[in-house]
Amino acid sequence: MSAIELRPTCKPADYKSEVHPIWCPGCGDYHVLMAFTRAFAQLGLAPENTVVVSGIGCSSRVPAYTTCYGFHGVHGRSLALATGLKVARPDLTVIVASGDGDGYSIGGNHFLHACRRNIDMTYVVMDNRVYGMTKGQPSPTTEPDFDTALSPGGTGLSPFHPLVIALASGANFVARAFSGAPNETASILVEAIRHPGFSFVEILSPCVTFRPDEREWKSLVHSAPVGVTHDPAKAARRIMTDDGFNIGILYSGDRRPYQPRMEGQNVDLADLEKDFEL
Amino acid sequence: MPEADSISIAILGSGGAGALTAGNFLLEAACAAGWHGLLTRTVGPQIRGGEAAALVRLASSPVECLAEHFDLLIGIDWLNAHRFGAEIETAPHSLVISDPRGGDLPPVVGRSGARVVEVPIKEMAKAIPGGRPNMIVLGIAAGLLGLAEDILTPVIEKRLAGKGAAAVEASRAGLKAGMAAVADLDLGRRLAPAEPVGNAKRWLVSGNETTGLGAIRGGVRFAAAYPITPASEILEWLAPNLPKVGGVLLQAEDELAAINMIIGASYGGTPALTATSGPGLSLMMEALGLATASEIPIVVIDVMRAGPSTGIPTKSEQADLNIAVYGFHGDAPHLVLAPQSVGDCLFTTQWGVHLAETLQVPAIVLSDQFTGQAVAAIDRPADIAFVGQRSTAVDFSGTYKRYAATAGGVSPMAIPGTRGGQYTADGLTHNERGDPTSSESDHRAQLDKRLAKLEQFAYGDHWATIEGDGELAVIAWGSLTGAAREAIQRVCRSGLDIRLLAPRLLLPVQPERFAGALAGVKRLLVVEQSHGAQFHRYLRAHYDLPADVRVLNRPGPLPIKPSEIEQAIMRWSS
Repeated sequence: MSAIELRPTCKPADYKSEVHPIWCPGCGDYHVLMAFTRAFAQLGLAPENTVVVSGIGCSSRVPAYTTCYGFHGVHGRSLALATGLKVARPDLTVIVASGDGDGYSIGGNHFLHACRRNIDMTYVVMDNRVYGMTKGQPSPTTEPDFDTALSPGGTGLSPFHPLVIALASGANFVARAFSGAPNETASILVEAIRHPGFSFVEILSPCVTFRPDEREWKSLVHSAPVGVTHDPAKAARRIMTDDGFNIGILYSGDRRPYQPRMEGQNVDLADLEKDFEL
Repeated sequence: MPEADSISIAILGSGGAGALTAGNFLLEAACAAGWHGLLTRTVGPQIRGGEAAALVRLASSPVECLAEHFDLLIGIDWLNAHRFGAEIETAPHSLVISDPRGGDLPPVVGRSGARVVEVPIKEMAKAIPGGRPNMIVLGIAAGLLGLAEDILTPVIEKRLAGKGAAAVEASRAGLKAGMAAVADLDLGRRLAPAEPVGNAKRWLVSGNETTGLGAIRGGVRFAAAYPITPASEILEWLAPNLPKVGGVLLQAEDELAAINMIIGASYGGTPALTATSGPGLSLMMEALGLATASEIPIVVIDVMRAGPSTGIPTKSEQADLNIAVYGFHGDAPHLVLAPQSVGDCLFTTQWGVHLAETLQVPAIVLSDQFTGQAVAAIDRPADIAFVGQRSTAVDFSGTYKRYAATAGGVSPMAIPGTRGGQYTADGLTHNERGDPTSSESDHRAQLDKRLAKLEQFAYGDHWATIEGDGELAVIAWGSLTGAAREAIQRVCRSGLDIRLLAPRLLLPVQPERFAGALAGVKRLLVVEQSHGAQFHRYLRAHYDLPADVRVLNRPGPLPIKPSEIEQAIMRWSS
């Protein structure tokens, strides 16, 4: 997050806009939005110095539901847009909201490079293991036997492992949260936003419409049995071998964030053309 | 010996042999001595061991295109020359210098009837410790053109200073040996004395470099870069220069990221640009539509190369006009501009930044490989006042409406960090506040607004180059403007009046100005470097043309020469 003016008097409600969400009743994303506003209030973020950037999908509707600045861009490119914004405006707090289709499928390449660049921003992926907005197609995190119109009998493909990929690509902070526990999620988001560099938070957020089975998640999730590690190899082993429902901060690193300086060297524009002269 | 207004020299060699270096040194020395000139390059895809040629035209007055023939052709070797024989046309009067050990002369050269003289270039280079064949070639060219050794030496010293004294000494020895080898030969013509140079400083630059400078002068302070031939030089010029003025260049993971990065930076208030070529532009189209819908100013330079698909990455064409004009899905009014010369890349890019910022819209600037990678001696272009001036929102009394309908269609934009201006920029159809909507009236209102702001703006006389008079007009665009101008100048010497029209602003179209420019014209010759005659079709779609229209079009990479345009005019006039 940025170190500029804070607004400690802001309450969670002050971060909630008047735009009514399009989400289905019971959607996990309502609780993610709640966690966002609680985290912003805990941090005392000034709404005008905070930008929520997103791509396309149910989760990507979040920006307009906050009172912060927002950008609802094209499918899969939210990290790239946020990267340009943060490099040009390091004074802003930049939060990126995405989903498993937007972030891991069409936006997969940007995910790798955002982790690698380690620019100071927070990447929140609401993972419901399905394309909700297009009505129920399999995403990179969908189980192989999930039967859909587009994948009769299931895809037969193993799900993608985003947290391990984030670690391998250089993310500086990796956490898993559950939308059904908004206070806990808010606490994780607070840490993620505070942590320098690229913070990645995967939030298990059920799609009750196309994945009613995900209602069961609330009985499956549990706190990670051990505390946060600063060793990426240890974190990777734990994530690879856990049951996928470990909640908490799973890795916290100390890589220096990438931020090119933009201060001018007061060079006269006329000096730029000197090399052109015959 | 007869004097010529211009002399053209082609230096060929396998990639890495240094043909381009020799050509660049020759151009720099001749221009430092007061002549004018231009160098274009034609290279194959290989980095080493392919083919490369420096095509140099030296002249007594400014030139913006190649001539029809090469008066002097020097081959360091002919190993790969057959691959671009068609681009290196010789005539019976031409002189060809050939190394007997350099392989077989391309048949097309033999058929031209040119005089061939053998010089053992490689052997001579070997006799000099650290000697390189390309410096022998430089000496040969200088000797035949009558350029004195003391004109060449400072260029060698300046350009090779970083390689050490031994390299400079070896190159000077090579230069001398080359000059001595052709002491008894003559080219049959010599370059007319240069027209006096005015007081303006002179530059020796490429179009890609002037494009970079135009961007910074226009106010660009953020660039995103994904390497691509032939646009990379713009990005490589910006990378060290942007930080000098408080800006930054970021390398993106792909073109999709590059375009979205500049949208993000510009949304944050920093004027932003990226440069690419056809394949990259194809990838950027979706986000260009986002910038149009969310009204975020950005500039995309497309240095066109032959397409479709990967095409010929190293060679020029004017066939990205269609995608630049029509490539967006939905109705997406935007700007398309095209620079007309190496010097004009500065103006057009700077103007493009200014227009994009003023109108909060994406601008596509269509340069091409010919202009982008051409190096030319030009008078320093006059300073222009165009700097991006974005209308920003500061007053938030009442409800802030980011996309409010205003008289001019441009709405003040809140920049993040401004309290009270929070809004969400969106590619979804939105209302005046920016909130998503699927209502017919909101959709229409915003489409109207985005069209109106472009149509109502006064673009001024910069929209086109209009020269001359007469009932026959030549219309060209981009890098063919120079060839058309030269053809018209030649024809005019025989007493004919020919008009030149070259639009610099391709979108939005300017029907009234266009009609004014062509008032009284009965015959129109359209000249373009596109197999599908994209420019002709564009003109047909948007403008009223005279009844009598002819089209001179050809795909790249063989540039349309002034003589071809001249012949087309003469055939029509007689």
